Amino acid sequence: MADLGLAFAGLKLKNPVMTASGTFGYGREYGEFFSLKSLGAVVTKGITLEPRAGNPAPRVVETPAGMLNSIGLENPGVDRFIEEELPALREAGATVIVNVSGHTASEYAEVAGRLDGAEGVAALEINVSCPNVDQGGMTFGVDPAAVAAVVEGCRRRTRRPLITKLTPNVTDLTVVARAAAEAGSDALSLINTLVGMVIDPATRRPVLPRGVGGLSGPAVRPVAVRAVYEVAAAVDVPIIGLGGVTTAEDALQFMMAGAAAVAVGTAFFVDPVAAVRVVEGLSDWCDRNRVEWIGELIGAANPGFKGRRPGRY
Amino acid sequence: MLSVFRAPIRESVRVGGGGGRGADGDGQAVFHRLRLHAAAVAEVARPGQFVHLRCALPGQWDPLLRRPLSVHRINRGRGEIEVLFRVVGRGTGYLAGLAEGDAINLIGPLGQGFPTDLADGETAVLAAGGIGVAPLVALAEELAGKGAPLTAAVGAQTAAGLVAVDELGKVAGRVATATDDGSSGYHGFVTDLLAGLLERVARPVVYACGPEPMLRRVQAMVAEGGPRVRGYLSLEARMACGVGACLGCAVRRAGPGTAYYHVCHDGPVFAAQEVVLGG
Repeated sequence: MADLGLAFAGLKLKNPVMTASGTFGYGREYGEFFSLKSLGAVVTKGITLEPRAGNPAPRVVETPAGMLNSIGLENPGVDRFIEEELPALREAGATVIVNVSGHTASEYAEVAGRLDGAEGVAALEINVSCPNVDQGGMTFGVDPAAVAAVVEGCRRRTRRPLITKLTPNVTDLTVVARAAAEAGSDALSLINTLVGMVIDPATRRPVLPRGVGGLSGPAVRPVAVRAVYEVAAAVDVPIIGLGGVTTAEDALQFMMAGAAAVAVGTAFFVDPVAAVRVVEGLSDWCDRNRVEWIGELIGAANPGFKGRRPGRY
Repeated sequence: MLSVFRAPIRESVRVGGGGGRGADGDGQAVFHRLRLHAAAVAEVARPGQFVHLRCALPGQWDPLLRRPLSVHRINRGRGEIEVLFRVVGRGTGYLAGLAEGDAINLIGPLGQGFPTDLADGETAVLAAGGIGVAPLVALAEELAGKGAPLTAAVGAQTAAGLVAVDELGKVAGRVATATDDGSSGYHGFVTDLLAGLLERVARPVVYACGPEPMLRRVQAMVAEGGPRVRGYLSLEARMACGVGACLGCAVRRAGPGTAYYHVCHDGPVFAAQEVVLGG
């Protein structure tokens, strides 16, 4: 059996398959379908300092091979998350990565600080890429200096590994990626959703109340693979690739482009055990192709790959 | 643990309606009923719950999302459930194209169903708008099985939009019907019929499913009835995961401040005063 384990950025993953923030809640729901221990890591829904109610309905609309969402960071706030959600994740044996969001750089730092003292948090993912809020989120992620400020602020408040999740809605993703890495981000997640819109001709209005939403699902995969490929040739920090991963073959595309790990997101809505199938599929593929350790495949399709190769688990 | 089921289709039939497929063209509603073998689902399903159905072949991802359909009938003895739906787009079009012997990928039963414990002296009053009749048939069958007093009204835009009235009538006795254009039954809204039923019944428990304007009117009628009237609404929402993870199917909670329930997990059935519709 092939070795799927990886160690990078201060994380130890038994396999390179994670969950994408915002598609997996805090693990309770899909934990009813499979053991959370079977994945490399669980990345939580975004957490802010105060509770947030989220956006009015409708919040989702289907698109060709994809969907738009405009959830608006509905969450219970960091204190209730630590008290009510984190213990169950810990008891389920999950490797937990907490997605952190905020209105201001100081709010991100405060959330990071509170999570630093919480038991059972393996890493933080800094969300500077949510397209569905008026302040914070993607408004930071399109500005390299603002990204650097958020990362530096979090870095000062936590010893945990920091992963910065970037938005593809920029002219040159490598510029933002470099800014995050130089500011102390240990790894990068890419991509968050693409900004999109659906208009209902009958009402002559966009379907979503904020007009725009974030596009995810298989429709965005080629964009995401390209983003990983470009960034992996520009920075040496490890990359978590996501955007339309549904099968092991999709995951392999991301890894060969230069991702050290992948995250499954929207596919959960279609198949609640999609991520488990990706893990099994990666193992089978490696066995069939005589790949002893999956880390060998990272960057295999990318001649410009300059990442540091992860270690074994 | 929850599971993903592969449910063989035992019967696939088009029900009522006019000419073309879907609501396009002649504007006629087309309905479809599937009877599925899913013993584990039938065993535990309750009226008002839903199943989440994949609408593409294995390995295909378009249409992407599952479609939530309420449980229309439950047959525990045969290990079967039925769903009844209006064919409106690509997802329901796929489902309507399935034939006996095909199988369907299913999660469920999901969500909170209708409370069916009636106090002495209470009467169930069912009100459906269009395809909103679907979950009320399973509900009527359960209530009738418990010997609960039961009455029902169904409305639609036109006679062609009235569906499953006979099935409902088998357990609910006479079913009053209304159409917006007067082509069948009472000329007007189902909520007009409901108003009459609420006057005649001493302690009504209203169970309603239908379009949002209808449900808003039902909400108001339940509120006006005061403590004499209880009411439950089954809501429809744009939904992705169906299990409470994505938070996509928000509906405003009644009360101060802004907070949301999620239709898939907290509903789809809500007490009438718990939610703010259209907000």
